[in-house]
Amino acid sequence: MGSLSERAAFLGLRIITYFVVLVVGYILFDIIKNGIGVLSWSFLTTYPNPDGTGGIFPAIVGTFYLVLGTILVALPLGMASAVYLTEYAKQGFLNNQIRLAIVTLAGVPSIVFGLFGLGLFVLFLNFGTSILAGSLTLACMILPTIIVSSEEALRAVPQTLREASLALGATKWETIRKSVLPYAIPGMMTGSILGVGRAAGETAPILLTVAAFFLPQLPGSVFDQVMALPYHLYVLAMQFPNAETVRPTQYGTALVLLLLVLGLNIGAIVLRAHFRKRNRW
Amino acid sequence: MSFRQFQERTVKYVLVGAALTSIIVVALIFLFLFREALPFASDPGLKELASTRWMPKSFQEAGYGLVPLITGSALVTLLATLLAIPFGVFGAVYIAEVAGPREREILKPFIELVAAIPSVVLGFFGIMVLAPIVKSVFGLQNGLTAITGAVLLALMAVPTIISISEDAIRSVPKAYKEASLALGANRVQTIFKVVVPAAMSGIIASIMLGMGRVVGETMAVIMVTGNAAKVTLSPFSSVRTMTATIANEMGEVPFGTTHYQALFWIGIALLIATFCINLVALRVLKSYRRA
Repeated sequence: MGSLSERAAFLGLRIITYFVVLVVGYILFDIIKNGIGVLSWSFLTTYPNPDGTGGIFPAIVGTFYLVLGTILVALPLGMASAVYLTEYAKQGFLNNQIRLAIVTLAGVPSIVFGLFGLGLFVLFLNFGTSILAGSLTLACMILPTIIVSSEEALRAVPQTLREASLALGATKWETIRKSVLPYAIPGMMTGSILGVGRAAGETAPILLTVAAFFLPQLPGSVFDQVMALPYHLYVLAMQFPNAETVRPTQYGTALVLLLLVLGLNIGAIVLRAHFRKRNRW
Repeated sequence: MSFRQFQERTVKYVLVGAALTSIIVVALIFLFLFREALPFASDPGLKELASTRWMPKSFQEAGYGLVPLITGSALVTLLATLLAIPFGVFGAVYIAEVAGPREREILKPFIELVAAIPSVVLGFFGIMVLAPIVKSVFGLQNGLTAITGAVLLALMAVPTIISISEDAIRSVPKAYKEASLALGANRVQTIFKVVVPAAMSGIIASIMLGMGRVVGETMAVIMVTGNAAKVTLSPFSSVRTMTATIANEMGEVPFGTTHYQALFWIGIALLIATFCINLVALRVLKSYRRA
């Protein structure tokens, strides 16, 4: 091992790194410790009360609908874009513009997506504040994540598979459909889960396009407002900052949201590792 | 034309169409932000945005100046970036150069997982735990200040900085390191005088991308910065950022009013700011990857 000063320097670096780990660990610990006691079947399946106490059933259902709508729009569009970009696109003007657009989209702040959704879907297309407007807004937001991760999965399929298929007389699309996609789809799916996790946890876009705080009924159509977990937590935290009676609901909602989003992310990481091992070329 | 040819062509058009959505969405974002914001330009005029008073609800003389909001955003962003840089950069150095392979396998995904924590959960943690700490440590009346927001935002920027900087550091050619070590430099000297400078453009790009994330963040700041719209440079005073203003006020403002249009101008300013930051960062990253 190196000299004393060298070891001191490495120790310093280690302390800095583990400080971050510690802080994050503490956040997770705090939410879990205070939230775990609240989680119960009735908390998850009953309706909230106007004073901030009660269950979170409509918020869970609302988030489920929003995420479902987002997936239905963003997944096919994102995957098809990725197939075009990896399999068809040639270097050139159009390709560059598409890439620039994806990068730009990935950098747009979530609240700006909210304004955009408000202007286009809620007002101009007259969907009103609704599941439809919110899902479309969230879909626009996670499109770049899905495209980029799907592209990665497509590029990981060896070129020889495509060449073999083309050499046997298959057309380009037949090759993609039968020789490329079957191997790429698991990777595309797991990558997309990351985007879905983001959609489930975002608050700012739905603030302006869907969310209702206290809505003691389930939506009847895609043109209805819904409650959503992140927005519910936001309102609980801002409207009842000092109310001890609301504390359990706040922590419980935070924990459910955290488990949902981290669960999706960890699931994606595990699945990806699994498929990587299986598809080792 | 055979069915096969027809099918090939149709599929291609469908895929091109899908790929064009990204361009269309970007165009629509610009179009609809300006569409909602534009009437403001004729009445009360764009000059109004340069004023230092953001008082959209005042009956005597409403003020729509973006200056306090921009300084609020700038203050929080700068503080957060300054806080995030040491942890991000040194963390990346540690993970790339010092940590063992197994340690790295655990540390990197764990830190990247932080980026997945919903910002509203971080904001909630900020209200419950961080704000009281800030209040007692600095002896303040109220813990909801610029510095509280900056700490939370720094935490959100650190994963971005670590992730990209670590890649940059690890892609420095091995020969550089070996040459330095062969010349008698020790590992610390090699890391800080050879490896880190060689990866510098990647590190700078990572910091800028982290900053881009911080500028546009809404929920964590709205919950912990106190939301007072005033021009200040004190980290211990309450501030209101651009993002927080939109999220706070859009819910209660009637559509089509001057106030409503002003909120869209804030959105445009945000969009342009993040677009520029990200574009420069990606340019830096690209030029360095080519080198």
